[in-house]
Amino acid sequence: MVQELRRLKESASQTAGPYVHIGLTPNFGGIEGVYPHDLGAQPVNEKTKGERITVKMRIVDGAGTPLKDALVESWQADAEGLYNSPSETRGTADPNFQGWGRYPSEMDTGEIVFETIKPGRVPFPDGRMMAPHISLWIVARGINLGLATRMYFSDEETANAEDPVLTRLEHQNRVSTLIARRDGGAYVFDIHLQGDKETVFFDI
Amino acid sequence: MRNVRPETGGFFQRDRTWQPPAFTPGYKTSVMRSPQRAPVSFPHTLSETTGPVFGHHILGERDNDLTLNFAKPGESAIGPRIIVYGRVLDERGAGVSNVLLEFWQANAGGRYRHKKDGYLAPLDPNFGGCGRTITDANGNYFFRTIMPGAYPWPNGINDWRPAHIHFSLFGHGFVQRLITQMYFDGDPMIWQCPIVATIPERRAIEGLIAALDMQATVPMDARAYKFDIVLRGRHSTLFENRMEGN
Ligand SMILES: [Fe+3]
Repeated sequence: MVQELRRLKESASQTAGPYVHIGLTPNFGGIEGVYPHDLGAQPVNEKTKGERITVKMRIVDGAGTPLKDALVESWQADAEGLYNSPSETRGTADPNFQGWGRYPSEMDTGEIVFETIKPGRVPFPDGRMMAPHISLWIVARGINLGLATRMYFSDEETANAEDPVLTRLEHQNRVSTLIARRDGGAYVFDIHLQGDKETVFFDI
Repeated sequence: MRNVRPETGGFFQRDRTWQPPAFTPGYKTSVMRSPQRAPVSFPHTLSETTGPVFGHHILGERDNDLTLNFAKPGESAIGPRIIVYGRVLDERGAGVSNVLLEFWQANAGGRYRHKKDGYLAPLDPNFGGCGRTITDANGNYFFRTIMPGAYPWPNGINDWRPAHIHFSLFGHGFVQRLITQMYFDGDPMIWQCPIVATIPERRAIEGLIAALDMQATVPMDARAYKFDIVLRGRHSTLFENRMEGN
């Protein structure tokens, strides 16, 4: 026998279900008067530094149908590459940018549209710089454990080509599933849960 | 509040044999919504080890009281009154402070206040179904609510959800994010539920069942259920191999 480590096990995840709006975006879901506004609905204000961008996202199931009951959360660095978090020890992030957003799919179209700023570059643990990216976390009915992925930018070709996460993907033809394409003033990003175009998800 | 240096280490690897897999055909919606390729791993970067913080200032006085936070003045939600309390811990057993917990649930009849819920049980005009709180310095939290009802749902022709409360938690890093559900001590419906059954191990399911705690009950008011939640543990910075540029 040896001493016990006495580690606990992470609580098991359960689906967010079809009524996730009640808990996480009640005003969007029609429950008004409990909270003044939904958390994460407006990550930028007029004082936030950096290039304003619009992101248009859809989450598509294995039959090609956009999910109308999903919820996406985004987490990103500010324009200088700093995170607004106590675990950020390299400096102080823009106080006018929380870095986090929360977006429900539109209930009739499945579209998710939000405004943010283009993030700066953040180092990988070995010091190499990662390309600008937004971390995403997706929950919905039918998803047992929230899915993690990243959104990179099509007009950051040089940075993307040396990104330590993108370059380590064994199947390089799947890199494109992580890159939002610029379409006019917006970045368009479809997340495919299954099929030939299945997005790369991360076990992190 | 104590002035502790923030932790910056990476998180323990998630045990994917303990967590429900993506493809669970007994829960039919998962069939078309489950990724089929292996998820890709990489060492945690600041994008994973950092996360948003929510201050206690965002909380309204009644945010943690679902019996009152949607009710007309002088009225309250219908149903058995309960208190849910517990601690948010990490896999090292340490309490996690400043965790934003958000919860949502059906009313006492099993009906959600949601335009897509068409169950014939009535809405309670005094019950919205959402609440939130933030853990204290030791990871403790509590809220008041009413016991939610069980409800039928379209999966098999006669599947019912056991009484449950949905929980969403923010730890200190974005990869600690967790959504789960709390079930109630002694409910036979737990073991019939296809969503519960997505969890492979019985012990992991038991970890989601809150214990009735008569010692924490408020006499002549509300019974108490204790529900502890465990988030991913974090590698100690003590042993961290600090590479240049990190
Ligand atoms: Fe539910």
